[in-house]
Amino acid sequence: MQTDRYISASCLIARNKINKNGQILFEYPGPVEKFLEETYKYFEIAYSKFHKMDLLCKLGFVAAEILLKDSGHKTKYGETETGLILSNAHASLDVDLKYAKTIKEGASPALFVYTLPNIVIGEISIRHHFKGENAFFVFKHFDGNFMADYINGLFDNNLIKNCICGWVDILKEDYRALLFLIEEGSSETGLVFSAENLNLLNKKDHG
Amino acid sequence: MNGPVFIAGMGIVSAIGNGLPANLQSLCEEKAGIGEMHFLNSVLKGELPVGEVKQSNAELAIATGLSVKSPRTALLSGLAAGEALRDAGWDKNNSLRTGFISANTVGGMDKTENFFSLFSKNASSGRLADVVNHECGAVTELVANLLGIRHFVSTVSTACSSSANSIFTGARMIRAGLLDFALVGGADALTRFTLNGFNTLMILDKELCKPFDENRRGLNLGEGAAYLLLASENGLKQLDKKPYARLSGYANANDAFHQTASSPEGTGSWLAMKGALDKAGISPGDIDYINLHGTGTQNNDIAEGTAINLLFGPAYPKMSSTKAYTGHTLGASGAVEAVYSVLAIQQKIIFPNLRLQTPMKEFPFHPVTACLKNQRVQHVLSNSFGFGGNCSSLIFSAA
Amino acid sequence: MLKLKEQVIERLNLKDLKPENIGNDDPLFVEGIGLDSIDALELIVLLQQEYNIKLSNAEDGPRVFHSIRTMAEYITANSPVVKISQ
Repeated sequence: MQTDRYISASCLIARNKINKNGQILFEYPGPVEKFLEETYKYFEIAYSKFHKMDLLCKLGFVAAEILLKDSGHKTKYGETETGLILSNAHASLDVDLKYAKTIKEGASPALFVYTLPNIVIGEISIRHHFKGENAFFVFKHFDGNFMADYINGLFDNNLIKNCICGWVDILKEDYRALLFLIEEGSSETGLVFSAENLNLLNKKDHG
Repeated sequence: MNGPVFIAGMGIVSAIGNGLPANLQSLCEEKAGIGEMHFLNSVLKGELPVGEVKQSNAELAIATGLSVKSPRTALLSGLAAGEALRDAGWDKNNSLRTGFISANTVGGMDKTENFFSLFSKNASSGRLADVVNHECGAVTELVANLLGIRHFVSTVSTACSSSANSIFTGARMIRAGLLDFALVGGADALTRFTLNGFNTLMILDKELCKPFDENRRGLNLGEGAAYLLLASENGLKQLDKKPYARLSGYANANDAFHQTASSPEGTGSWLAMKGALDKAGISPGDIDYINLHGTGTQNNDIAEGTAINLLFGPAYPKMSSTKAYTGHTLGASGAVEAVYSVLAIQQKIIFPNLRLQTPMKEFPFHPVTACLKNQRVQHVLSNSFGFGGNCSSLIFSAA
Repeated sequence: MLKLKEQVIERLNLKDLKPENIGNDDPLFVEGIGLDSIDALELIVLLQQEYNIKLSNAEDGPRVFHSIRTMAEYITANSPVVKISQ
């Protein structure tokens, strides 16, 4: 059944700023690791497992927290109704390098566990009890056309009732997370879910 | 739109052979390919058995036409993908839309780790050209260029379920009318990075693995590549050949329990298998064979077994883990096992679960231990459960 | 056991904890501090790197790593040079 879908929220984390729905909520200059820690403290996320995560997971985890904040998501949707479709260009390369350094002296299991890009989906799923569709794609650049086609297919086949999708990428100090929450129906304030709008929001500089 | 998805061609290279006939022969002769490391240079050589592809990079380069400097993952991928296209009789000059969706987890790591060990000692040593194809996506592009596929190219990387996911991503795109053909599957080569990593998680068996055995002690790592050429009805007409089977069901779910362990109840596994059955419109009793994820770790086998017990009880289909033959090929495993599942349908054979001596005490069922011929094999379920809780199941049905 | 607590906090990234928050007999796994299986593996690496003790049988883990005190006792019993007291 074809229903309307819309982008009900977006969260952009780039250049030391946390931006939700076009508004800067928090800013902290400095290296990305410190920035993410300060963000975690500022938003009072209180999830001790956060500190164990690698930077890709911290980035995606925080972006998802802020995206879902105040959305009433938990009460609206059941465990298997949320899709998690993420993508990036560098897979898990940032932590791969850190892990590789430890191999000689004694490979670190805590680092190895993160050397796959989809672990960020795992961490978000564990936190929010999401047991639905999940996929991770590696692309050179964010591909709004692919995302829209793929996710519309999931909705059309009744596999999801809402979707968290977007881009989570990091390599050393070069990072960007842009997540969207896609829901059914239409809203006064939400943009229609389409490839054009995804690509537009991706290009738009939130400042 | 939303029509059937056919398997028109297949290709594979694994520890038990190069190509479909060689793999089928090894499966029937119950000849596993796990043993000593030959090509990988690791301190763990002699300590850990692995399922290596029995060809050097030089041999693979000659067979594929790729440069010998290519990452081993690309070489394996090129070999199997090429076979799948030839097997289907696909012509790159056809007028239809072909996509290439390939999975891997290790990318060009084999080259990078060699570079890294030189570079970390002396910043001016090591060839930078070795790391140019490090990324997962770069390996896919090398092979897409080799095969002449341009219309749509993508990479899936979701750990051990990667190539199962690339298979049904291709199917979805065909059903959505976005592609006529989808060359789908994956590849992964053995690397020190992976071997050391799994070793530090203490889930490797120092002996040959024993999936679903009461005394199992872990998995053996393997490498390989496998691809299916999926075709729409229209695409199949153009190839003018009889398909192997249909991809009739698929599903994916997240276990949401731990980064690398499965929940004891096997929640993610259960959701994936149930979802695939629902998609295929069949019931558990219709499944003739389950190709288990069956890595041989304490954790996977009990979680997967628990989910199967819950979903299929009290009538259980025949089942086996072919990882006892090939080792766990990580990013390639979903596709390698998809090929074996389709061969089971085509040949009406159910492959054994090698080295099973003591069935797990928790379950009233156990895998088959001999190669069974002349079986009814109409529907096969293939499981692939990855780190990150990513659980996928595929169902293949006679065409 | 202060040094051991500091080493555990550092290796396991327990940023929200200070040594004084960890009682010598507090259970480290499941309840108490709530460590998981990956943390257990990291502790095995810690024993190897800091104390030169190889724990090759993962099944001994739950007993050895039950609390800081059991870890200290194990190190004292198995290290050729190190003795951990209060």
